[in-house]
Amino acid sequence: MNVAVVGGGATKMGEHWTQSLRDLSTEAGAKALQDAGIEGKDIEALFIGTMSSGRFIGQEHLGALAVDEAGLTPIPATRCEGACASGSLAFRKAYLAIRSGEYDIVMAAGGEKMTDIKGPEAISALMGAGDQEWESSAGLTFSGLYAMMARAYMKRYGLTREELALVPIKNHFHGLKNPLAQFQFPVTVKQVMESALIADPLRLLDCSPITDGAAAVILVSDRVAKRFKNPMWILGSGQASDTLALHNRKSLTEIPSSRIAAEKAYAQAGVSPGKIDVAEVHDCFSIEEILAYEDLGFAERGKGKDLLVNKETYVGGRLPVNTDGGLKLGHPVGATGIKQIIEIMRQLRGDAYTQVKGARIGLAHNIGGSGATALVHIFGTEPGGRHG
Amino acid sequence: MVESVPLSWRLQRQRYNLIGTRCATCDERFFPPRNFCPSCRRKGKIEPFQFSGRGSVESFTVIRVAPSGFESQTPYAVGIIKLDEGTSISGQIVGDVTRVEMGKRVRPVFRRIREDGKEGVIHYGVKWALEG
Ligand SMILES: [Zn+2]
Repeated sequence: MNVAVVGGGATKMGEHWTQSLRDLSTEAGAKALQDAGIEGKDIEALFIGTMSSGRFIGQEHLGALAVDEAGLTPIPATRCEGACASGSLAFRKAYLAIRSGEYDIVMAAGGEKMTDIKGPEAISALMGAGDQEWESSAGLTFSGLYAMMARAYMKRYGLTREELALVPIKNHFHGLKNPLAQFQFPVTVKQVMESALIADPLRLLDCSPITDGAAAVILVSDRVAKRFKNPMWILGSGQASDTLALHNRKSLTEIPSSRIAAEKAYAQAGVSPGKIDVAEVHDCFSIEEILAYEDLGFAERGKGKDLLVNKETYVGGRLPVNTDGGLKLGHPVGATGIKQIIEIMRQLRGDAYTQVKGARIGLAHNIGGSGATALVHIFGTEPGGRHG
Repeated sequence: MVESVPLSWRLQRQRYNLIGTRCATCDERFFPPRNFCPSCRRKGKIEPFQFSGRGSVESFTVIRVAPSGFESQTPYAVGIIKLDEGTSISGQIVGDVTRVEMGKRVRPVFRRIREDGKEGVIHYGVKWALEG
């Protein structure tokens, strides 16, 4: 059974003081339905990703909330949680639910409302994705965890601080034309280097922001896909786990769960990393984009920076990455994985804000915490891969 | 977030005395303690293991923007400490943050970890200090 994505929509990424998570989820869902050209009554089930709505707004039971607000009761609604990978987790569950034969049309969504609480509370809530007993109790933050990976990587492979700044510079440049991006301004090496230190060596412009936002996509079985124009086919879907705490990993300079999820997705899709035309990778902090290049097989170990120095991951280069600006321009944690898939969908059907010419195969990579959960999805303009 | 009293109490043996575990079957050491050996699985035999707490800085950062409960301590250094007896653990490194370097030797010290507000509990536990 092949499964396709036939529409998607997202809210603007930002600080939405006048909108609740209900408002944001409903807006994203309505946009996705409109984009697919179907109505709410066509949806048979909903999977929604949210990381920590309980900590952020005191609201759990997001599946019921979303279908209630959208007027879609009584369809089944399920919340999926895998920290910052909750969105792709919901997507994968929707994909598997269709493959099981149970449904033909399913919505996968994600949302997070992060700005209702104060900064230190939000940082603490996000640390719920780490080890509470030893990482959080040491006063660690997610910027701190990725800072330790950055420092270890810089020492091992000789990456300079200025070279690390090439990640936000590229992603801010890509986001300039994205009307949904939280920020639309270019940045220079000097601006990155002069931005406030958050967790040495990471600075403000290396860090994804605190964001409110929601995103939704419509998945359909091949039985009904012919009713839709421009379906984007799921060629491969991989998921892997690792230790919750960073200190339990053998290496600080790679994310093995990303590599394993990617290997599964590549094998299922029957494509190699060299065949990817466009990718969205999880650049929650600058160093993670470079680790992702290596974990996903786009570059050899220690050579990830070359793709930035040679501008290969810019639009116009060999393998454009984060063409919508990536997580740097909005990271509503539960929605991020879906937002990435929407960008790949736009690229493959040719209506992206910054279009990669002739893109036919795309990849989306989303991780939770410091890499304890990782998901990789591969998409194509034509059906393919092994889907039993 | 406020750390609960039962959680803090449960972790006393680990946090105050650095008692972890060891698998007698494969000799792998666990800190924080695991009650199940991921390598040996059912064949594993878990027993308590006393760590000295001495080790070296595997990597570190200096936190300048802190989570709730730690705002008054910034800037503070946190590292991954590679323990001499095997395995690694996250912990704060006390003292001058500009002196911390990867590879430097550290020893454990008993310190106040956090306070939950003026009326709340004061949590104690292990931090690390640079040797010499
Ligand atoms: Zn064992």
